[in-house]
Amino acid sequence: MSNKVFAAVAFAVALALAAVTQLIPNDYFFTAAYTVLLFVILATAWNILGGYTGYVNFGSAAFFAIGAYTTVFFYNAFKAPLPVGIVAGTLVAGLAGLGLGYLTLRLRGVFFAIASLALAVVLYIFVVNWDYVGGARGAYVLQPREVPFGLPRYIHLIYAVQLVMAAFALVVARAIEHSTLGRGLAAIRDDELAAECSGVPTLKLKIFSTMVSCALMGMAGTTFPYYLSYIEPSSAFSLSYAVNSIAMPLIGGMMSWMGPLIGAVLLGGVQQLVQVTVSSAWNLLIVGVLLVLFVTLAPNGIMGWVDAWRRRKGR
Amino acid sequence: MMAEALLEVKGVTKRFGGFTALESVDFVVHPGERVGLIGPNGSGKSTLVNCIAGTLRNEEGSIRFEGEDICGHAAHRRIRMGLARSFQIPKPFASMTVLDNLRVPLLYAARRHEKLAPARIVEEAVRILEQVGLAGRARAMSGGLTQVDMRKLELARAMAAKPKLLISDEAMAGLSASEVDDVLALLYGLKEQGVAVIMIEHVMRAVMKFSERIAVLVAGRKIADGDPQVVVGNAEVVRAYLGE
Repeated sequence: MSNKVFAAVAFAVALALAAVTQLIPNDYFFTAAYTVLLFVILATAWNILGGYTGYVNFGSAAFFAIGAYTTVFFYNAFKAPLPVGIVAGTLVAGLAGLGLGYLTLRLRGVFFAIASLALAVVLYIFVVNWDYVGGARGAYVLQPREVPFGLPRYIHLIYAVQLVMAAFALVVARAIEHSTLGRGLAAIRDDELAAECSGVPTLKLKIFSTMVSCALMGMAGTTFPYYLSYIEPSSAFSLSYAVNSIAMPLIGGMMSWMGPLIGAVLLGGVQQLVQVTVSSAWNLLIVGVLLVLFVTLAPNGIMGWVDAWRRRKGR
Repeated sequence: MMAEALLEVKGVTKRFGGFTALESVDFVVHPGERVGLIGPNGSGKSTLVNCIAGTLRNEEGSIRFEGEDICGHAAHRRIRMGLARSFQIPKPFASMTVLDNLRVPLLYAARRHEKLAPARIVEEAVRILEQVGLAGRARAMSGGLTQVDMRKLELARAMAAKPKLLISDEAMAGLSASEVDDVLALLYGLKEQGVAVIMIEHVMRAVMKFSERIAVLVAGRKIADGDPQVVVGNAEVVRAYLGE
């Protein structure tokens, strides 16, 4: 399937889903589905650097928060509407990714992971002390009274937007995966020195994939301040974003765009279910247990199983 | 008059802390030439290769390729100019099939000067695999190959970059006599295509048979360079290998 066809299908499915699910009478569905979709974007974005290129980013929450707080900044400064926040948040997070990549990607492996974690801590402290965007108190971002497209509530709109953005993230990830660029990234993941000696401009490619990955993470965060109309640093920088955006691709499979999607829907869905039926405190525990299970039983994730099964069948 | 040098290494020195791995080494390769590079373990052969290929930076001296100073170039730029190397310890792209391994240099290095159409890339990869005798394993995952096949893949991947100079770093270690002959035939084939080859090897039978010229490194210094028969008769070379 060509990229254009896939993009058309992805956006069509997203819009159709958005339209059909509007028939669901329960508002809670949208609250839960928004969170799952947020994780679909985060996991897909993380996988572009973590899965395709082999560089583990522990700072997902930082880029998510950059997206969210850019929205807050533009809201405070210009009463800017949501689309402005989305574009600006994506760009700012992308620029932050470019900076992180340029400064740290000369380091190999674990050093990059530590640097990404450090960035999250530094940004957290920065935001806590920045009064203009609410500081430690948090900030209110009021949902517009008028909801476009005749939707009943603002959460319906944000959910639909998140669906389209998830489709966009998947289209980008798949296009990269199937391109010359994707092959170069895979070569870097397998053996960086051999990749460089096969003509792959490794530093340039790594910086580019960091930038795209971080931009998409930022995009996921741009709708977040509108979600609860309120945002404060410890929820925007929550550990759960960093942990989930690593766990979901790991469980789904890191070699293809489908892995993070499956992982996010599965893990995100289970977490939402448990939150309602059992207790909200169980969330991260479930992630932890599933991670341990998958790392020991299926190190290549669900898609790894599928591939192995296909290969056996093909023989 | 000699043709202009393809590779010209002049006064190259490389230190690791207080240890001098290469000391003012001069080394020249002409287009299409077959040169053997020998020396005892730890004499600096691989360090010299790394300095030429760009995976290490030399502190002193100059390295010119086709007349251009390449000391400041990153490794990927050097291979795009036509300077390929294979690794002593095979480094396959383990998550890819054997065929896909060759696609990487074909896409990123060879296409720069060969103008390969995308459709011809697979065709070209298959052709190279046939040359090295890996065509039957094209669809296999490269991480699961035997050591011998991995060495062949290593050489195939360097060939896929369509180099003007190929540096083969101990491609034959651990191969059987008939496999050594296979690889030798392959490297002779490159000569016919006008590719110069630097062969680093401990299998003396292969080096002697293959090389038009042999250079000897001992403790980071080049102690001999010339006709193979003369070089192995050189008293200093014999002493370095066999002792007093």
